[in-house]
Amino acid sequence: MTPRTTADAAPPSATAAPEPPRRLLRAAPMAATVVLLAAAPLFLAPYATTTLSRILVFALLAASLDLLVGITGLPSLGHAAYFGVGAYAAGWITIHLTPAVPVPLLAGAAFGGVAAAATGWFAVRSAGVFFLMLTLAIGEIVRQVAQSWDSVTGGSNGLYGIDLPSVAGAPLGNVGLLHWYVLAGAVLGYAVLRAVAASPFGAVLRGIRDNEPRMRALGYRPYGYKLAAFVIAGSVAGVAGALLAAQQRLVTPSDLGFTTAALALLAVVIGGAGTLWGPCLGAAVVVLVRDALGPTLDGHGPLLLGVVFIAVVYLLPRGAAGVRLRRGPGREQSEQEPT
Amino acid sequence: MTPMLDGTGLRREFGALAAVDGVDLAVEPGARHAVIGPNGAGKSTLLRLLSGTMRPTAGRVRLDGRDITRLAEASRARLGMAQTFQHSSLFGSMTARENVTLAAQRHGGHPAWPLPRSQRGVAVAVGELLEQVGLATRAGIAAGELSHGQRRQLELAVALACRPRILLLDEPAAGMSAAESARFAGLIEALPARLTVIFVEHDLDLVFRLAGHVTVLHLGRVLLSGPPDRIRGDPAVQEAYLGTRDREQLFIEPGGADVAAGT
Repeated sequence: MTPRTTADAAPPSATAAPEPPRRLLRAAPMAATVVLLAAAPLFLAPYATTTLSRILVFALLAASLDLLVGITGLPSLGHAAYFGVGAYAAGWITIHLTPAVPVPLLAGAAFGGVAAAATGWFAVRSAGVFFLMLTLAIGEIVRQVAQSWDSVTGGSNGLYGIDLPSVAGAPLGNVGLLHWYVLAGAVLGYAVLRAVAASPFGAVLRGIRDNEPRMRALGYRPYGYKLAAFVIAGSVAGVAGALLAAQQRLVTPSDLGFTTAALALLAVVIGGAGTLWGPCLGAAVVVLVRDALGPTLDGHGPLLLGVVFIAVVYLLPRGAAGVRLRRGPGREQSEQEPT
Repeated sequence: MTPMLDGTGLRREFGALAAVDGVDLAVEPGARHAVIGPNGAGKSTLLRLLSGTMRPTAGRVRLDGRDITRLAEASRARLGMAQTFQHSSLFGSMTARENVTLAAQRHGGHPAWPLPRSQRGVAVAVGELLEQVGLATRAGIAAGELSHGQRRQLELAVALACRPRILLLDEPAAGMSAAESARFAGLIEALPARLTVIFVEHDLDLVFRLAGHVTVLHLGRVLLSGPPDRIRGDPAVQEAYLGTRDREQLFIEPGGADVAAGT
């Protein structure tokens, strides 16, 4: 980048040398998880596979919310709105246009992003509790629209009879194939979030979270960055919605209501905000407790979730991901201390 | 010569109180300009008016001849104005290196790039800055875990990473040990001569070591402005600072210790 190549060569090689193995090491658990998830339909019963697909959908929603909550420091209670908009858009396009595979996914991303841009431009002007309340209001408004716009959304019955997604003309006609489709979409969405978080732009978002006034003093205008983060998060939530439409084959107003938004936020808190993978774990806990354990507890799933939430807040203030994180920086410190 | 930074008739009111009450201040390019004064004199407020953190009730600020009174803080930063704060204002969860990188990538990197990329030029500049302020071995430590003195050093590195033309330092040596303070003075002395530095400081030894020009504020107004020698000997300054003329030797004259014993 600069003409002084000799000066350039020294410091980057010092930092770059340990980088590739460390990056590989860090990618290993991630790759193993994906392989395991891909292999799951081969040895799991169909119902368990469906539950796993549902976890993946919800994990992507939670991870996209984490981009706002954990990385940018914008706690949103209306994130399910973009999830729902993506789901309705993908469902509608599947029914009326085509179920051919990338189309519903792209529609979910586009509509989720547009909806986030349309509401985010004023929402991100606020912060803290005001932002929380504004997003809550936006979520409720979008739910009302979904409930009353019968001709498009099917009203309170929801949008049903959504065709299976199809690849090269052949519908993904069994649980395993559908699971792989959901997995592919979730991995794609997660990769986008990961890339954004690791980019210079992601560093700016963390800076805004840590100390917004200082960012302004450094010459940053936080508004644009926050809006961009909001749109990216909305767009990825839209992809998660498209996956929901394909997996559930039904979209109802409750999918974009307050409960879904609150559960997504719960998943972020349980899992550990700011790590992206933590909220995915949190999503697994939420879905398992609600869908798998809930029915055996006479419908007291939400109660159990509440207990889990309180326990996590007291025992693991930084979520499940915090258990490992706390050890991380300490080790780095002792590594550097002797000099 | 056009002053690098020029405030005219600056005034800032908080309710009935005018914290800064009609201050004129001209800072020459490349100056080391100190602003001193007793507590509550309006030094920090004046600095905030200059940096854009706070809007003046009245008055104008010009940067290199350009009127920047209406410009937001971020815009002023982009014109080459960097600052450090009285209370360290850093990114606590990030490492020292990440803190400086955040500033450096804004001025010479790709801050809005949404995919991972190595910003080689930025990384080199950050390495040099950390070396310069003496934090090279602490680069991987979270800013929140650094000692107070180290945080002050990091503040300076972050400000310098903005490639400033003018640097505003609000009590940069506050809370530093004597050794750290001396080291800090060395850092400021080593800055390039064309960089303009304005600093608010209580430590008068530091002020008289570094400053080429001193402005004394008292109750929101300029009491006196001039070269350090004139400020040091001026009775009005001593009175404003120390309350009464009698006790002046206690604090100013090194040989005044026996006077203290006498009273």
